[in-house]
Amino acid sequence: MSFFGLDCTRKKETEVERKIRANDREYNLSFKYATNSIKTSKYNPFTFLPLNLFEQFQRIANAYFLFLLILQVIPAISSLSWFTTVVPLVLVLSVTAAKDATDDINRHRSDRKVNNRKVNVLINGKLISEKWMNVQVGDIIKLENNQFVTADLLLLSSSEPLNLIYIETAELDGETNLKVKQALTVTGDMGDNLEALAAFNGEVCCEPPNNRLDRFTGTLTFGTQKYSLDNERVLLRGCTLRNTDWCFGLVLFAGPETKLMQNCGKSTFKRTSIDRLMNVLVLFIFGLLALMCIILAVGNGIWENHAGSKFNAFLPREENIAFSAFLTFWSYIIILNTVVPISLYVSMEVIRLGNSYYINWDRNMYHARTGTPAEARTTTLNEELGQIKYIFSDKTGTLTQNIMTFNKCSINGKSYGDVIDHYSGQRLEITEEITPVDFSFNRLADPKFLFYDHSLVEAVKLELPEVHAFFRLLALCHTVMAEEKKEGDLVYQAQSPDEGALVTAARNFGFVFRSRSPETVTIEEMGIQRSYELLAILDFNNVRKRMSVIVRNPEGKLSLYCKGADTIIYERLHPSCSKLMEVTTEHLNEFAGEGLRTLVLAYKDLDEEYFSEWKQRHHESSVALEDREENLDKLYEEIEKDMMLIGATAIEDKLQDGVAQTIEQLAKAEIKIWVLTGDKQETAENIGYSCNLLREEMNDVFIVASNSPEEVRQELRDARLKMCPDTEQDKFLIPEIILGNTPKVVQDESVNGEYGLVINGHSLAYALESNVELEFLRTACMCKTVICCRVTPLQKAQVVELVKKYKKAVTLAIGDGANDVSMIKAAHIGVGISGQEGMQAVLSSDFSFAQFRFLQRLLLVHGRWSYLRMCKFLRYFFYKNFTFTFVHFWYAFFCGFSAQTVYDEGFITLYNLVYTALPVLGMSLFDQDVNAGWSLEFPQLYVPGQLSQYFSKRAFMMCALHSCYSSLVLFFVPYAAVYDTVRDDGRDGADYQSFALITQTCLTVTVCVQLGLDLSYWTVVNHLFVWGSLGMFFILTFAMYTDGLYRLRPSSFAFVGTAQNCLSQSNVWLTVALTALLCVLPVFAYRFLYTQISPTINDKVRYKVCKMKEPAPRPRRARLTRRSTRRSGYAFSHAQGYGDLVTSRRFLRRPAPARSTGFTPTGRSPGFKPTGRSAGYSPVGREQNPKQKVEPTSLQMFRAVKDSSF
Amino acid sequence: MGKKQAGTGPLSRRPDNSAFKQQRLPAWSPSLTAQTVLPTFYILSLVCLFLGIWLLITVENTYELKVDYTNAGTCERCFEMRKHAIHTRTTCTCSVNFYVPKTFSGDVFFYYGLRNFHQNLRRYMDSRDDTQMVGRKNNLKAPSSYCAPFDYDANGVPIAPCGAVANSMFNDSFTVRYYPTKGPEVQVPLYRKGIAWYTDKNVKFRNPPTNNTFTLQQAFEGTIRPLYWQRPVYELDDTDHNNNGFINDDLIVWMREAAFPNFKKLYGVLNRAQGPFTQGLPAGNYSVSIFYNFPVEPFRGQKELVISMVTWFGGQNYFLPIAYLVTSGLILVAAIVLTVVYVKVGKKGKNMEE
Repeated sequence: MSFFGLDCTRKKETEVERKIRANDREYNLSFKYATNSIKTSKYNPFTFLPLNLFEQFQRIANAYFLFLLILQVIPAISSLSWFTTVVPLVLVLSVTAAKDATDDINRHRSDRKVNNRKVNVLINGKLISEKWMNVQVGDIIKLENNQFVTADLLLLSSSEPLNLIYIETAELDGETNLKVKQALTVTGDMGDNLEALAAFNGEVCCEPPNNRLDRFTGTLTFGTQKYSLDNERVLLRGCTLRNTDWCFGLVLFAGPETKLMQNCGKSTFKRTSIDRLMNVLVLFIFGLLALMCIILAVGNGIWENHAGSKFNAFLPREENIAFSAFLTFWSYIIILNTVVPISLYVSMEVIRLGNSYYINWDRNMYHARTGTPAEARTTTLNEELGQIKYIFSDKTGTLTQNIMTFNKCSINGKSYGDVIDHYSGQRLEITEEITPVDFSFNRLADPKFLFYDHSLVEAVKLELPEVHAFFRLLALCHTVMAEEKKEGDLVYQAQSPDEGALVTAARNFGFVFRSRSPETVTIEEMGIQRSYELLAILDFNNVRKRMSVIVRNPEGKLSLYCKGADTIIYERLHPSCSKLMEVTTEHLNEFAGEGLRTLVLAYKDLDEEYFSEWKQRHHESSVALEDREENLDKLYEEIEKDMMLIGATAIEDKLQDGVAQTIEQLAKAEIKIWVLTGDKQETAENIGYSCNLLREEMNDVFIVASNSPEEVRQELRDARLKMCPDTEQDKFLIPEIILGNTPKVVQDESVNGEYGLVINGHSLAYALESNVELEFLRTACMCKTVICCRVTPLQKAQVVELVKKYKKAVTLAIGDGANDVSMIKAAHIGVGISGQEGMQAVLSSDFSFAQFRFLQRLLLVHGRWSYLRMCKFLRYFFYKNFTFTFVHFWYAFFCGFSAQTVYDEGFITLYNLVYTALPVLGMSLFDQDVNAGWSLEFPQLYVPGQLSQYFSKRAFMMCALHSCYSSLVLFFVPYAAVYDTVRDDGRDGADYQSFALITQTCLTVTVCVQLGLDLSYWTVVNHLFVWGSLGMFFILTFAMYTDGLYRLRPSSFAFVGTAQNCLSQSNVWLTVALTALLCVLPVFAYRFLYTQISPTINDKVRYKVCKMKEPAPRPRRARLTRRSTRRSGYAFSHAQGYGDLVTSRRFLRRPAPARSTGFTPTGRSPGFKPTGRSAGYSPVGREQNPKQKVEPTSLQMFRAVKDSSF
Repeated sequence: MGKKQAGTGPLSRRPDNSAFKQQRLPAWSPSLTAQTVLPTFYILSLVCLFLGIWLLITVENTYELKVDYTNAGTCERCFEMRKHAIHTRTTCTCSVNFYVPKTFSGDVFFYYGLRNFHQNLRRYMDSRDDTQMVGRKNNLKAPSSYCAPFDYDANGVPIAPCGAVANSMFNDSFTVRYYPTKGPEVQVPLYRKGIAWYTDKNVKFRNPPTNNTFTLQQAFEGTIRPLYWQRPVYELDDTDHNNNGFINDDLIVWMREAAFPNFKKLYGVLNRAQGPFTQGLPAGNYSVSIFYNFPVEPFRGQKELVISMVTWFGGQNYFLPIAYLVTSGLILVAAIVLTVVYVKVGKKGKNMEE
């Protein structure tokens, strides 16, 4: 990946301007532009070994062992044979190398796959199918429908009228709606005339390669004319051609120079908090090692002075005492090196990898409907999942499905949509058993539309005029585009899903919107096609909160249809509707109470004369230069009055399955959820209520929406004081002393009662300013729920960064769209919702799955286990290594500090690799304190992880002390048992080799027993590993001490015969048993005492599990329904300006009737702005709040690791 | 994604429903409940008590006697003499009297003990060449560099056996006499062979190949004895030719380095074939006369003669019985404390039920 970085920096220096001549390869080659082959792989077969080794030795642990190896070669220092270091080092290096190699092979494979895709290239006037990698800058290529765009292209011509093409940019920015690009007329005229294209010799002069997806500047010189080029003319690699038969394009940037690849810059390397803790601990361990070695070196100096010098006759020594101590220091560095465990890092990687696979394999996180399993895309962050304290969630597509369904309605005072039981008169819960309404009478009905109340269809069939008017309005008053490729196969392109839902509902109830032209809307009313003349669209905007259309029906009658927010419409109704208004208000309250988004519909018949006069004024105002908007508003206001109420609609912004329940579970696990959404405040609040984030019974929900930093600060402070009146000003800041770069940490403050905070993007911008941010954070953290609405992608990341900066907490961001990418990258853990079309969030995420509800399983089960396993692993690993090493330390006091090891070299080599590796690995891959069902049943089990209780500096110190005790037992018990004793046949039993073997046996048995005590989940594999390793110890010990090996190399296998001579002694076994007892029983007792005196939540749950054996079946929670008086203001997730587009015919895909050919768009400048999903950052935000400009780069930090996906 | 796509059905990407992949492997999950912990403690305490008592009885009936002769009796003179290297070649004999209060029944073993002699120094332990002592012809005359400075003598002749360990071999010898209350003194007969590990004698140490015409002395030709030795390695035992060379029992015993600076090594086993020794070593007066060669004064060491019985449990060692008894007591105390806590604080498990 870094290669790109290097490449582009170099290119940037050299290339100031790009010059391309079409169809002139020689000319273009002279600039040495990159070809279209991409390379994401790091190595090739020749560079693999040196490069990989170089990278590996950059890791401190590996370098340390290399250093040890060098020390061991020096004979005066070497206290251990070289193989004790080489064997583990080689093993570790080769495991890592193997992993790197497979990764790289995969990258090679995907590179090859992408590079070998075929595309038609125009060469010498003929279209030739070429591989992508052979495409060069300046080539003209032909793309066909649904093909991926090969490189960054200048659009030349297309099959569609006006040289338009449609592309999907999901891979680039996650937006699933189609976007339009248009070629220059001068090139578009060439069409698919190959001769003309082959002769095309236009010259492009444009900007050098860069990573800005939304900008392009350049000029095309063709003939004598110069044409300016902008983003509108350029197709970017990574897009897909849609709804367009073919198009021709000129390659501008290829391969690594395309904007997509330029964006795939270095992905930030995330580390877990355990990793960071480990770094500190490793430093500490180095300190400890140095301290021990210094003590022993000083000891050696004293001993040499005191006793060693007297021993010179037997063991001559030339060096002076200081030098001897110096050498001893290094010798002990070698011997005690096992305190810095080389296999630790490798084991940690293996454990994380294993636990990642569990996530991939989990059937409970597999979404059958989309066929997407969960995926751990980063395999190094697992245990962090068990420590999440803050979740930052996107709303649309994450909490909600981004599907709006027409759920209920009220027509003429009658409410439809509820299923009523005939006998009891009770409302029935909508489940799968209830049969939906059969729409087969309508051949154009959308089969996906479900409605359960049969009475509405009856009403339509009975031809009740109000009901017909209701659906007619829905079919006419909107800005949806219809596409009908085959007869009867209607596809609606709605720019807001609300509108789509309404039009679809009308369609199913027999009022089918078929097509529109700039002047007409054609609908099919109960099977009869009728064309309405569209006279005006009174467009939506934020102030009006309504939209109207004025149409003339085929009979010539003029009507105005209007839909909008209830409060707005109610003011403009005819007084005669007051009775109906009352009833409808009741219904509206009911709908709102269920979290539905409501709209009120009204109509008005217009009088021909009045209208023509109005139209005249309208025309004048719309061409006026002064006060145009104002005058138009006035005109609209004038005509939209005295309307007749028809009814109201209720749209459900469908939550994903189980969202409310998941949020409840996560709240029980003391995880705080902040919703960061681009939606409007009302929508966001509404969703907050419907997914139980905000509750009626909350003490208060603060809404911060101010226009200056002072006000925002004041509002935040007021909120805080209300929550906790006696907070002191500065007590919440505790200075962080360790590692000075994080200056302060904001402490959690306790609050009585539950509060919610809703802040809009505008205020958030002020709240994030450096002098207000602490106030904001403090207040926000005191609330149970925080909802930020109208947030830009950049702000999402800023909020995450703010929490990361001042809270010592682990954060998780979850989202599905490109606007979440920055937040996903900023958080400790990024989760992408997969299975939808947009891939960008997933590509930059660490974990991905299809449904929000899987989050509880990811955190409460996988995360918790991973954390627990990792901590258990670390605690045990340090224990076993420290114990192993400290024994050498004690022995030093008996062997004149001469760096004599206690154990045999073979044992030292194999201890970490063979005798103890698998049991602890088995523990960290299989251990579970309680099973998944119980983990979900008791989300409180998650809390210890947030507080880092299982592994911390304190836990580490406890480990070290425990090891210290164990090593004392392990050294002094065998010492006392062996000292001055003999074997049962009178022969020597206190020799060094026997002592070594006894201590080894004691150690191995003790650490195995200790592991058995730690292990709370003994699967077959664990049994195999534990007993197998213990057996392996004896087998290998006997094997290494056999005659045969001794005869082979007497100097390496000098322990010949020790095993059978020593292990046949009964007092040896009594010693082993005693050490194991003495080492393990205190731990046993301590743990038991601890559970008795202050049982943790784990102890309690385990106790329950023990008593019940099987988990109780998970209670089926009833669907959360709530009754409240809240009501969503309006339900338009609408963008202004669509009315113009609809009437401008610029938007129309299919050739309009003959009279409209040659029509060129006039009026407003063709400012086609692609609107994202309603929840994204819709352009409405601009008008409201100019401060919230999306910083372009924040969106563009894409990671294109997964080349296979495009 | 790297996995092969098995099939293309709608559920082709669904993970397998295996117990392993779903982490539902059947497992035994023990937990620390009072019902398991408390009985374990009581039982362990009992077991340790039983073992401790049994071992204590065993050890009580195992006798050991240590006679420190460093500068005791008439050895004062020899001790002084060995202070100075000039007198290395002069022999010195002395004797020490001692009294055996109880009869040592059964097999009785005689050890020499050294105090403050560090056989466990790393450089000392490394200073040997096992390849040479396994009788390899090539290695015999090319001792390993680890043996330095005891690999070649001043004239460059290879030393066999080389190294500091062999060089410093213990070379005192003992003659023990028994003075029965009636009758003349009797020399205590000792077996001086069979005192090394079987594997050492037969695998680890081998002489260079010899045959009827090619004697051991010839095999060792071209090598020189270690600097501190009085005799070459092929003449260590006058009485038994088969006990010479690298397979000499005394050499093998010495070459098995002790783990700690105070140690004892087997010197001989009482020959119970005849006389008053058929039942063991009778109580009474004894004397030991010593060829006092090994200097201990420079490193402030001490030398002793150790006479000991053995049982199934080995020699006399009070550590394990006492340790087991103490452990038993500690476990009992712990068990009682745990029980009290369980009843009082844990409220017999009620504490766990929230």
